[in-house]
Amino acid sequence: MENKNLADKERFQRQQRLRPVGLGGPGFARGAEKPKDFKKSFKKLMSYLKPYYIGITLVFILTILATVLTIKAPKIMGEATTEIFRVIMIRKTTFSVFLNTKMNFEKISSVLSTVAILYGISALLNFLQGYIMAGITQKIVRKMREDINEKLKKLPLSFYDQRSHGDIISRVTNDIDLISNTLQQSLTQFISGVVTIFGITYMMITINGLLTLLTLVTLPMSAIAVMLTAKHSQKYFSAQQRLLGKLTGQIEEVYSGHLVVKAYSREKDEIEKFKMTNEELYKESKKAQFISGIIMPLMNFIANLGYIIVAVGGSVLVNKKQITIGDVQAFIQYSRQFNQPIIQIANIVNMIQSTLAASERVFEILEEKEEIPDKENAIQLEKVDGNIRFENVRFSYLPDKPLIENFNIDVKSGQMVAIVGPTGAGKTTLVNLLMRFYEIQGGKITIDGIDIRDIKRSNLRRHFGMVLQDTWLFSGTIKENIAYSKEDATNEQIVQAAKMAHVHHFIMAMPKGYETIISEDSSNISQGEKQLITIARAFLADPDVLILDEATSNVDTLTEIYIQKAMRDLLKGRTSFVIAHRLSTIKNADMIIVINEGKIVEVGKHSELLSKGSFYANMYKSQFLGVLVEE
Amino acid sequence: MLSKFISKYWLLIVVTISLVTVQSIISLYLRDLISDSVDKGIVRGDDNYIWRTGGRMLVVSFLSVLAAVVASYTSSVVSMGLGKDLRNAVFTKVTSFSLEEIDKFTTSSLITRTTNDVMQIQQAVVMILRMVVMAPIMAIGGIFMAVQKDAKLTATLLISVPVMLAGLGIIAIIIAPLFKSIQRKIDKLNLVVRERVTGIRVIRAFNKEDKEMERFRTANFDLIKTSLTVNRIGSLLFPYMMIIMNLTIVAIIWFGAKQIDKGILQVGQMMAVMQYVMQIMFSFIMISVVFIFLPRASVSSQRIKEILETEPKIKQSTSSLKYSRNIDLQGVVEFDNVTFSYPGANEPVLKNISFKALPGKVTAVVGATGSGKSTLLNLIVRFYDPVSGNIKLDGVDIREFPLDVLRSQIGYATQKAIIFSGSIKDNIRFGREWITDDMINHAAEIAQVTEFSSKYPEGLEYKIEQGGLNLSGGQKQRISIARAIAGKPKIYLFDDTFSALDFKTDGKIRSKLFKETKDATVIIVAQRVATIMNADQIIVLKDGEIVGIGTHEDLLNECEVYREIVYSQLSKEETELQK
Repeated sequence: MENKNLADKERFQRQQRLRPVGLGGPGFARGAEKPKDFKKSFKKLMSYLKPYYIGITLVFILTILATVLTIKAPKIMGEATTEIFRVIMIRKTTFSVFLNTKMNFEKISSVLSTVAILYGISALLNFLQGYIMAGITQKIVRKMREDINEKLKKLPLSFYDQRSHGDIISRVTNDIDLISNTLQQSLTQFISGVVTIFGITYMMITINGLLTLLTLVTLPMSAIAVMLTAKHSQKYFSAQQRLLGKLTGQIEEVYSGHLVVKAYSREKDEIEKFKMTNEELYKESKKAQFISGIIMPLMNFIANLGYIIVAVGGSVLVNKKQITIGDVQAFIQYSRQFNQPIIQIANIVNMIQSTLAASERVFEILEEKEEIPDKENAIQLEKVDGNIRFENVRFSYLPDKPLIENFNIDVKSGQMVAIVGPTGAGKTTLVNLLMRFYEIQGGKITIDGIDIRDIKRSNLRRHFGMVLQDTWLFSGTIKENIAYSKEDATNEQIVQAAKMAHVHHFIMAMPKGYETIISEDSSNISQGEKQLITIARAFLADPDVLILDEATSNVDTLTEIYIQKAMRDLLKGRTSFVIAHRLSTIKNADMIIVINEGKIVEVGKHSELLSKGSFYANMYKSQFLGVLVEE
Repeated sequence: MLSKFISKYWLLIVVTISLVTVQSIISLYLRDLISDSVDKGIVRGDDNYIWRTGGRMLVVSFLSVLAAVVASYTSSVVSMGLGKDLRNAVFTKVTSFSLEEIDKFTTSSLITRTTNDVMQIQQAVVMILRMVVMAPIMAIGGIFMAVQKDAKLTATLLISVPVMLAGLGIIAIIIAPLFKSIQRKIDKLNLVVRERVTGIRVIRAFNKEDKEMERFRTANFDLIKTSLTVNRIGSLLFPYMMIIMNLTIVAIIWFGAKQIDKGILQVGQMMAVMQYVMQIMFSFIMISVVFIFLPRASVSSQRIKEILETEPKIKQSTSSLKYSRNIDLQGVVEFDNVTFSYPGANEPVLKNISFKALPGKVTAVVGATGSGKSTLLNLIVRFYDPVSGNIKLDGVDIREFPLDVLRSQIGYATQKAIIFSGSIKDNIRFGREWITDDMINHAAEIAQVTEFSSKYPEGLEYKIEQGGLNLSGGQKQRISIARAIAGKPKIYLFDDTFSALDFKTDGKIRSKLFKETKDATVIIVAQRVATIMNADQIIVLKDGEIVGIGTHEDLLNECEVYREIVYSQLSKEETELQK
């Protein structure tokens, strides 16, 4: 349960980080998460791009060409304006009657059609570029996810136990999504941005050096404006994110703790607390919003300055006959395009940073240590009798915290073994070791005399049926969920298993019976009912050895007894391990193993242990004989 | 509904809109000045005029940026302020809800409504104030100015704008459903990964890894196929817009040249028309973007409205004011023929329940899962009200008491311990200032909180993380019990509180607890027979009805259901031994 909370919490935090919720402003204004090792993640990401270097090169060439054409067009178009203007100016002179004042429409039309073709080609190239890049991006994304898919299979269980689930999920979906977006758009935008800045500068220089110099004055102004506003707004945006996280935390706490907030009449206090955080959030987000809101006007102002410089300077130069009117018009168009790429590049640099941070998280998973593979000559057993021995087994999750030491038990085929002990005593660990979810660090575990490490994992697990306290239902029909253990099961077999698990009646009461769609989050079935479905699943699997880890903890005691009876019939002659909290569940076990702090304290039957009057007897008394005995 | 929230900011909104209008007009005026500088300055060769115009442009631009900065401030105040007000209103409303409303909306939906939906509205307000106002002004103003310069040239817009909008429309119509489908496919992939990660033990135990890999592969492939289509169609968007804009310019120069040739247009005017036309087309693009975003915000405002318009079912009665918080009650709880069913359910959860729980006595409630035990306790604290019958405290219907007075008489330890971030002490005191440190220490001692808190150097000041992540389930439960007893209430409700504890702690707590509560009314729901069999009165519930009521011995003799429950946990001999 705690794990689940943790997962949700982390998922939430990651979402916050990835998609700074809503409120706009250009990307660079919001700031980005930085990768820990820039070079390494960059290299790794490149290795994914490598197979497509031809395509990517092509995309780059297309982008550069398209940008160059777009830059070239205004200059050519200027020729048309110049021609128009030339004629007008001639007509104004007193000698106009003697001169050719006919407008050269042929020239104008040829100029304009050239421009139109240039723009057409540029648009086509841009489209092709995007089209090809889309294909490459999706292939890369697919490969990346597939690599993770393969990797998840090879990772040991400890990986899943230690990592927050929300974190893993977010790496597979959100992080890779971010990489995909960047590949699709930002790379080519970056290139076209750089080309635009240099190209425009070049074009402007060829038109007029002086005017270019004047326009370039605005460049450092834009850069400074971007940097200044980014610095401030990033501070406010991160404050906003932090407060938003805090506020959401409070909301979650109060909404999900509604029951006690009401029971202890704490509404007023909580509202006060909420309003305080909300006020703080308001202050910071107002500032963030304000600053990110003035970036565009500021940049526009600077662009306008450039515009004025060009207009005034250009007009003066035209009067001095140093430049044509068409060139001034081209200049005006260029100077307007000049500041755009700066904002774009600032955004993209930021974007690339967070993309590398995202890929770093993805690669982290791909680099995790894998499970030791099965031995090459691993055995496959057809059938097992269920004689299980633990010999001097040693195991711990953390090297400095020994948990199980020198553990020995000998279970005969067909026995029902109960494992009891206080929380954290290592009961579930035994299941982990038996199923080879974790590998023992010393001694050995044998089944029918064979070391389980010599058996193929999949084969070993096929002989075990396992039911855990934490139920796991996938979203699908009830029928599919029960048949998970045996896909070719007939309807009769499924119903039979459900009947044995005493859940048939309940299923039939559902609106669509066995075809009702359920999932782990389903609220229309209780935890106890979920447990019964997973028990039916284990029954259907018909295993040689059954492991029940607190499998009926949420089922009421009467139903539990019925299930036990069914189990006893099913398991006749088969070995079973039962871990239980309620001692009533295991009174009839052939062997009760009492564990405390990873060591066996006692072994024996219920009556024997009770008469010994030690650890087990105490546990039993405190559970059943209640207060009066304590006193 | 939302207009109430917006109207508070009417002055700022008017200011913002005026400033944005000023900005738009200035922007248009700038184009006009340029045209003038060409026609009057260049054509006449008047350098002075050019410099004057330049100076005027500078002043006007500066005014524009000034207006923009102020507008950015006012619109930030409006949008963020509105967001703050909405959040406050929604949060306050939700805290007034009883369980019925919470169940109806579900907690997670309430959380997203308070956070994300409000965000959507904030974003929409920013957009409306900055773009929606500006775009039409720019479009209409632009058209007006351009027509003044030359109506025929401006007419190119009659072709280019519809072509542009039609193209954007077609792309949007194709892509919009694909976007939805992508969202669904991402959810699917998320689901597959989540199930894979959370179910890893079961998957490996049943050797289903290959099947899960296949599911992943299918989901991934499915998602990628759609993303590919969207991205490929999407790559049309930008080139399409550019080509239309650029061709429009080409057309304007072509037709402009003809007009100029005839002498009815000046070069500067043509250049101005070009600028205006660009402006106008950008405005139309902006408007179409807004049309994509606004529906999302309107869905969000609908969702918020739903919350604000929901009235909690459980209300203070008007006659309740005669009871004050320090009222001295005995604590006699009486159910009189109470029937309750959840809204929308066919069958009542509780049917004709009548019993009396007396001070100094322990009343236990037992029954199978789903028999209505927790519901019974929830009725006493008025999380729900009975459909018929009534519940009395000291002979007065509990609906007569103010809610906080009623609840201050009760110590309720819930089935699942609910812990807040803050210190252990904060969690025990839980906002009740009148509880002294001594009372807290005493409660912590009884509930065995001290047993683990003493291991931390901070003791009871030990900080608990959000959701109680750094505590075990049992530890949380102990804090929850301490919270219930710290206030020394007249009535104690324990809802299966002890089952999460290990046996030893359970025993220790119970032995001390019942000394503490010996003068109070205790109602306890439990599964373990041992927990309840010493109760003064045991109520046996089956399918929402009382099938037995009496002491352990009475019920063993008289009540079949009770016997079954007991024998499912204890053998006959043990039961005998108890006596």
